[in-house]
Amino acid sequence: MLEVMPTMSQTLTVNAPLTAADGELLTVKLAREHRNKQLKAVALVAPLAIFLLLTFLVPIFMLLGRSVDNPEVVTHLPATSQLIASWDRRALPSEEVFQAMARDLTAAKEAKTVPEVAKRLNMDISGFRSLIQKTARKMPLELAAGETMRDRFIQMDERWGDPDHWHVIAKNAKSWTPYYLYSSLDLRETKAGTPELAPEEERAFISIFGRTLWISFWVTVFCLLLGDPLAYWLANLPARKSNLLMILVLLPFWTSVLVRVASWIVLLQREGLINSALMNLGIIGEPLQLAFNRVGVYIAMVHILLPFVILPAYSVMKSIPPTYMRAAISLGDHPFAAFWKIYFPQTVAGVAAGALLVFIMCIGYYITPALLGSPEEQMVSYYVAFYTNVTINWGMAAALGSLLLIATMTLYGLYSKLVGANKLSLG
Amino acid sequence: MMSEKHTASDTLVSFRGVQKSYDGASLIVKNLDLDIRKGEFLTMLGPSGSGKTTCLMMLAGFETPTHGEIRLGDKLLNHVPPHKRNIGMVFQNYALFPHMTVAENLAYPLTIRKMGKSEITDRVKKALGMVKLDALANRYPGQMSGGQQQRVALARALVFEPQLVLMDEPLGALDKQLREHMQLEIKHIHENLGITVVYVTHDQGEALTMSDRVAVFKDGIIQQIDAANVLYEKPVNSFVANFIGENNTLHGEVVALHDQHCTVRLGNGDTVQAAAVCVGQAGEATSMSIRPERVRLNRHAEACENRLQARLAEFIYFGDHVRLRLDVAGQSGFMVKVPAGELDSSWKVGDKLDIGWMARDIRALDASVYTH
Repeated sequence: MLEVMPTMSQTLTVNAPLTAADGELLTVKLAREHRNKQLKAVALVAPLAIFLLLTFLVPIFMLLGRSVDNPEVVTHLPATSQLIASWDRRALPSEEVFQAMARDLTAAKEAKTVPEVAKRLNMDISGFRSLIQKTARKMPLELAAGETMRDRFIQMDERWGDPDHWHVIAKNAKSWTPYYLYSSLDLRETKAGTPELAPEEERAFISIFGRTLWISFWVTVFCLLLGDPLAYWLANLPARKSNLLMILVLLPFWTSVLVRVASWIVLLQREGLINSALMNLGIIGEPLQLAFNRVGVYIAMVHILLPFVILPAYSVMKSIPPTYMRAAISLGDHPFAAFWKIYFPQTVAGVAAGALLVFIMCIGYYITPALLGSPEEQMVSYYVAFYTNVTINWGMAAALGSLLLIATMTLYGLYSKLVGANKLSLG
Repeated sequence: MMSEKHTASDTLVSFRGVQKSYDGASLIVKNLDLDIRKGEFLTMLGPSGSGKTTCLMMLAGFETPTHGEIRLGDKLLNHVPPHKRNIGMVFQNYALFPHMTVAENLAYPLTIRKMGKSEITDRVKKALGMVKLDALANRYPGQMSGGQQQRVALARALVFEPQLVLMDEPLGALDKQLREHMQLEIKHIHENLGITVVYVTHDQGEALTMSDRVAVFKDGIIQQIDAANVLYEKPVNSFVANFIGENNTLHGEVVALHDQHCTVRLGNGDTVQAAAVCVGQAGEATSMSIRPERVRLNRHAEACENRLQARLAEFIYFGDHVRLRLDVAGQSGFMVKVPAGELDSSWKVGDKLDIGWMARDIRALDASVYTH
């Protein structure tokens, strides 16, 4: 150590670039070391980053893509798709389009892809499925002398002479479509390509989205009303008691949602524990309808989601020392007023975080309404599952999912604007 | 330091027979009688659990006395809720409202008192000027240093001009240098405003620096309440002698007691003349207290009533002075302070030294178990 000292003091006084013991420039050496450290850090994070990319980000983008994806007509009727783009969309398409259609249908028949096209076109005009299948079955066509393909088609089925059917083909002759997103919002595309509200008897999803938001709103309100006082109580209890009670809050939280919903069915049904207890006590004359309606859905969802309100509120309240309230009171404020002016504003971030969490989880809720609700309680996710599992209409499932995702992102943006941008974090 | 003349009308706060128990079994404050004078800086000093903070909290209204009366002026405080007492308070962790700016924090007590907007602005400005923070009115507490937050807390407790301000270990979280600076600043503010301050601390140095009077607490009882210099020079019992400043203790047995003086025999048979302050009768054990700076060495000790032989055990270097640790009359840990200039360079560990002190400087007190 002592031998190094003079060299060090020399290096420090001389105004030249510093070098390490091996003569290398110190700045270069430090930069390399810094780079190595960064590489190590990246290597540590990489597995998780890749995992998240593959299981989270990629599926989300695929979902978003799927909601506007429209491959059937473009892929299986390629020549028609190309030619129909230049159609004036007033009279019937030209003879070349009909001939291209005949060629495409012949190829599709051989490749056995006719049902896919038929299914897609049938979404826009019902009956299109049978028309396509009937026509494809007759392929390939032998034309008599002087006969046009157009006449032959119309002779086969007069619907081919209807421009509306050709409109549907033209509309779907591109690889993306707003159709699923429009349908999810009870809209449809006019011939001009602008959205308009579907006729009243065809509307469904607006009211389902409305119902989803309405149920989520009330579940959030009930969770806040029940959870926040509990969190306040827990935060102000002695540590031993609050730990014990915290376990009681967490215990159901660790139980499977399915098990909890099933238990609620047992408790709430007509012959269930609650009804029989109330009837035996003579409080009610006949069983209350508690399950398979909105009441049951509210009870079970509030119960399942309560911890999401309690935990963030508790952690925020726990971090507020009692001296704040004491200070406010010593400055002359009434304890109630001090609570609202001093204590409450400091808990807003935690309470809002809990509320947001519950609301976001609610709008995607599936199992509780599915098991404990009537058809009137089914929310958007139920229809996502329905389109995925029952009708195999992935476009609709993806469109509904995308809209849910957009709703969630909007709420989150709203939250960070209202609470996150606040000065609360500076305390 | 302060006027010894005072009458009943000078008293601002009085505790009469106040007791406090949390569990119903043990008393944390035992029968407290205390008068706090108008304009006084009174410090409650004591180790943790001695009841000093409980007294402060009873005065603030956050605890209620189990028994006894607390009066502010001529008003009985016992049943006045804390928000109606009009007492300023500075908390240990400052308790500044984190979601309000400094100016909003200061305006808070004024808004509650329904003052006009311009008056609030004026007063906030004045209070910020007092603690020299004019430039930081729009900062949030989280953006300030501990010392700055401390000043804001002080300004907030003073801005509504209460006649009494309580401070609960307000400097506990600051580093040493800042703490000493703030001690002086608080003292000056007290002198300028003429308010009454009740200050709680466990730091005896802080108590001595700032206070007009210090009440030393132990086990829920005030052991002694006096001005700082009296506490230091004339402690009434071993606890106070050991708690305030540095102290040397010599244990012995009282052999003769006359009026104000007594003769005490030490363990090795030497006898010492001491002022009898807190001793029983002849034959009882006593602990004598003498301050390190009252002990004289070698030729300075020649004129003293008490002279003893000591063995030099250790030098401890402090820059401006050197402390000598001595073994005296078979007891170790006896400290003497020698200014750096008066140190004899021939001294070394193991040397015999003559030490001595005046009989009035050593006080025979109750036999103690407390040691440094």
